Amino acid sequence: MLSTLCNQDKTASWLLGGIALLSMLVPLFNFIFPVESALHFSAYSVSIMGKYLCFALLGLSLDLVWGYCGILALGQGAFFALGGYAMGMYLMRQIGNRSVYGNPLLPDFMVFLNWQELPWYWYGFEQFWFAALMAVLVPGLLAFVFGWLAFRSRVTGVYLSIITQALTYALLLAFFRNEMGFGGNNGLTDFKDILGFNIQSEAVRASLLLISGLMLILAFVVSRWVMASKLGRVVTAVRDQESRVRFLGYRVEHFKLLVFVFSAMLAGIAGALYVPQVGIINPSEFSPLNSLEIVIWVAIGGRGTLYGAIVGAVLVNYAKTLLTGWAPEIWLFFLGTAFILVTVFLPDGLVGFWQRRFQAQKL
Amino acid sequence: MKLDFFKRCFLSMALLMLLAPSFTLGEETVQIDVFNDALTKLTAASMQERSAAVEQLAAVQEPRAIVILQALLDGHLVKLKNDDKLVIGRDSGVGYQVSDAKTGQDFGLADRDNTQKITVNNSLRASLRKTIGRLELKANDAKVRIAAVHAIAKAIDEEGLGLLRDRLAKEQDSSVQDEIKLVLGLEDLNGTDKTARLNAIDLLKNHATQGVVNRLNALVEKDADGNYAEADTDVRNQAKAALVTINSRLKLYAGIETLFFGLSLGAVLVLAAIGLAITFGVMGVINMAHGELMMLGAYTTYVIQQLMPNSLGWSLILSIPAAFMISALVGIAIERGIIRFLYGRPLETLLATFGVSLFLQQTVRSIFSPLNRSVAAPEWMSGTLQINDFLSLTWNRLYILVFCLLVFALLLQILKHTRLGLEVRAVAQNRNMAKAMGVPTARVDALTFGLGSGIAGVAGVALSQITNVGPNLGQAYIVDSFMVVVFGGVGNLWGTLVAGFTLGIANKLLEPVAGAVLAKILVLVFIILFIQKRPRGLFPQKGRAAEN
Repeated sequence: MLSTLCNQDKTASWLLGGIALLSMLVPLFNFIFPVESALHFSAYSVSIMGKYLCFALLGLSLDLVWGYCGILALGQGAFFALGGYAMGMYLMRQIGNRSVYGNPLLPDFMVFLNWQELPWYWYGFEQFWFAALMAVLVPGLLAFVFGWLAFRSRVTGVYLSIITQALTYALLLAFFRNEMGFGGNNGLTDFKDILGFNIQSEAVRASLLLISGLMLILAFVVSRWVMASKLGRVVTAVRDQESRVRFLGYRVEHFKLLVFVFSAMLAGIAGALYVPQVGIINPSEFSPLNSLEIVIWVAIGGRGTLYGAIVGAVLVNYAKTLLTGWAPEIWLFFLGTAFILVTVFLPDGLVGFWQRRFQAQKL
Repeated sequence: MKLDFFKRCFLSMALLMLLAPSFTLGEETVQIDVFNDALTKLTAASMQERSAAVEQLAAVQEPRAIVILQALLDGHLVKLKNDDKLVIGRDSGVGYQVSDAKTGQDFGLADRDNTQKITVNNSLRASLRKTIGRLELKANDAKVRIAAVHAIAKAIDEEGLGLLRDRLAKEQDSSVQDEIKLVLGLEDLNGTDKTARLNAIDLLKNHATQGVVNRLNALVEKDADGNYAEADTDVRNQAKAALVTINSRLKLYAGIETLFFGLSLGAVLVLAAIGLAITFGVMGVINMAHGELMMLGAYTTYVIQQLMPNSLGWSLILSIPAAFMISALVGIAIERGIIRFLYGRPLETLLATFGVSLFLQQTVRSIFSPLNRSVAAPEWMSGTLQINDFLSLTWNRLYILVFCLLVFALLLQILKHTRLGLEVRAVAQNRNMAKAMGVPTARVDALTFGLGSGIAGVAGVALSQITNVGPNLGQAYIVDSFMVVVFGGVGNLWGTLVAGFTLGIANKLLEPVAGAVLAKILVLVFIILFIQKRPRGLFPQKGRAAEN
């Protein structure tokens, strides 16, 4: 599978190779070279690379629904955050009696709220495999229910975008509530261990970066394979001429639902990888603005190409890191202008622009 | 000499004859003398003389008397040391702003060292209160009389009761009668006469105030030993029955209040959504910068108020056209500069306008700082309309409700009866056909967008009156206004109105049951489910043009 891909698509294989190299070399350099060396990557840059790779995976998941299926989902951040919360719950249970209140069973915020026992939906999260499963299943299930309802009644276009935004907004409000049992405003933080290793240690950070990179490559290859298959062709056809595909006898809503659920699961995985690397998950991840930012990554990178989403996510977030550190007030100007310029002048994004230039030169 | 005498007699007789018809005038001069005399006595050293002077003042039929007595009670009555003039002085920071006690004529500022306050002791203060109450009870203004009844009720005694009873016999105004009856009824309840008490409860049943409810509750309560505070069973049962009646009425009031809150929230939602509905209906464009256009309107209000801080009311009224113009111009600029290039790509318009919204937000943040600004409300918009002890409506929300309906009606008229309205409707129904018939669609698009944006600006003016003005003002309302548009159905202003009010009321009805946040979540979930059932809203557009 990988070999056919490499033969067929030079750009994609270069990109994948780059990611693999990056996710291995950065932690390696962090180990090998001493702090003074120019080739040394600090622990900070290791975790920030990991963050970018998670965002890239998230962008990739949105590209599947938006770029290939034509559904502008403005609630992709919700699935990401749900995956993150699942992982956060596992990490929370690992704290045990090292918390401030020292309660071996209950996380601090529950002690603070005077809760006597663990709510039922926290059961099982002390097991890593369970949490990992939930990080995929919960977003997938939500996407299934939501998508099943929406696609079956043929809610399309702008309406669908708006109700996905409403979905993430409703979840934002819900998770802000203390009574929900997810830490309210503060969310889940102050993690100690993951699988018995200290989460702050460089080895764990390096492995997380490596896993994120591998996961991104895997997700890319699988998505690529799916989209190149017959199923993918139908999905693309749905994007371009929905009614025609329906008249040809395909159950359009099934295809949409499939892509939507798959993408939500990918977003959940991205969230689950993201949380241990940044050490916190809180309700602001659900905010509609975050989901819109994901859209701009994909739009800037170029949708419908998969690697465009990756390029866009990394570039925009790198710019964000630079600009917010250097002149925070410029960041929103930059983002706003990027939105306008890309939609008006670069409908295919940077990748599309690059390809056109490249092909024009070849000819 | 003799002649002289006669002459004088004659003259004085003539004088008397001249004066005769105006004997009442003479009586008035006597009154004025008594009044002046009383004023002089007020400055006397001993408290006894002062309290005699108060009595004397009260006896004079002179409208200034109440003012002077009130000033004395409040400690504002002062004597100027240099010319012994009695004045009413208010501390204005630099000195005393004084006006003549007798006439109310303004004397300007007086030096602090030049003044001496006329002091009162506790017993004089008590009698002053009563005297003022008594005087005010005779005032011409019914409101003053009601205030007097309240003042007397606060420190009720035999004398006060007597005064109230006398007044009740003479009183013509029914609202004053009711107030007096209420005070008398509460007093009867404390008495020992059983029939009077039962009658009093019957009477109080129809005059629900906080005081009455507290009093009746006290009657039916048990003390620590399980005995009733009230020994008499009949009185107790009567009180219980009265409380049931009152409680059902209170529930009604609570219902009205919830309805009002719902309507006012709905009005805000309608104001926010209605401009969005127009642009969405005509151009199929989701304007994500709509909230920021509202924010611009709110900031316009703020700036205008800063420019003319002395006339809050006028600045607010002036803000309405100003905010409309500014938001409309920005809207037209957005349409001409960006959206024009993106027709037929609604999802991308959504993204581009979102970019605009970020840009506008940051611009405002850079100019006005990220801190919230508060816009002061003019006097006629602050405070509440107190209907009774349990039901009060805030003026600002009442005005916004009225304002929302006005804007809605105006917009409806524009769409129905103007050339632009006709063209807007034509383009909304079928763009290509309208174009073929010679409607300049590009111009209509720009104007429609300007109109929708202008209304957003006007909504911002309304919002500035109920919330702080900050860069995030628009964001807080954008999701809600989308919900209203989607729920109501595109291309139908009535749908927007109904949807806005429905969502507002639903929110407020759920709030006491589920809490504010959960209520909002429930409403959102409801809309998400509703859209599944009716993907094109409450009032969908009909016809072939709708299917696209």
